[in-house]
Amino acid sequence: MKELRIMTVCGFGLGTSLVLKMTVDDVLQKNNIRANTFCSDADTAVGQRFDLVITSREMENLFKNVPQPVVVVDNFLSAEEVQEKAIPVILKMMEG
Amino acid sequence: MLDKYLTADMIQLKVEVEDWEGAVRAGGQLLYQAEKCTPGYIDAMVRTVNEMGPYMVLAPGLALAHARPEDGVNQVGLSLVTLKTPVNFGSAANDPVELVISFCAVDRESHVDVLKAMAFFLREEDNQRLLREAETVEEVLGAFRIQV
Repeated sequence: MKELRIMTVCGFGLGTSLVLKMTVDDVLQKNNIRANTFCSDADTAVGQRFDLVITSREMENLFKNVPQPVVVVDNFLSAEEVQEKAIPVILKMMEG
Repeated sequence: MLDKYLTADMIQLKVEVEDWEGAVRAGGQLLYQAEKCTPGYIDAMVRTVNEMGPYMVLAPGLALAHARPEDGVNQVGLSLVTLKTPVNFGSAANDPVELVISFCAVDRESHVDVLKAMAFFLREEDNQRLLREAETVEEVLGAFRIQV
């Protein structure tokens, strides 16, 4: 099965997106999904190689012209929110 | 892990500030006083919010304020400020903010473990409540000490 490249994004790629990546990693593990997760900063994010973006409402606009799906999360500490918003998208991509 | 970084001098409770900038500066000031960063780093933290928006308000009531390693950092530092009166950062989802975690990093790696420990701690809503309601630094230090 193809391992997805999942990118979390914040301003500099070293604080906020790291917290989100932690939550995403935990949720993926709970769902027994293997994926490659990594952080990126706002300046270089669009040029990265990725299958899916998970980020905040403020950063969503960066990706308005990219074809990959963008999942917006409000509470970066909430495993429930990541589960609810990202996992259905990820499962669908893995089928495809 | 947390108690190694969040020592008593890095914690300030029930601080009175006028606005989000005051909240960010209060957190940055603790880093500066402990010689973790330069005064310029505090300005850069404020500039980051102005230029990039309030994305660092990453959970309800919680902001993670920081700038970049190249903005004047001496060593990895973490501070905690709780606000007497919550302030708005302009975050549609997570205003008003009552807890401000500030950090400075020297590179992309060396702060990762302490930030993870902090996120792990904050994930428990009881812990967030404890920080919000804490009246004394000792209460907070006690909670960090029992955190693995």
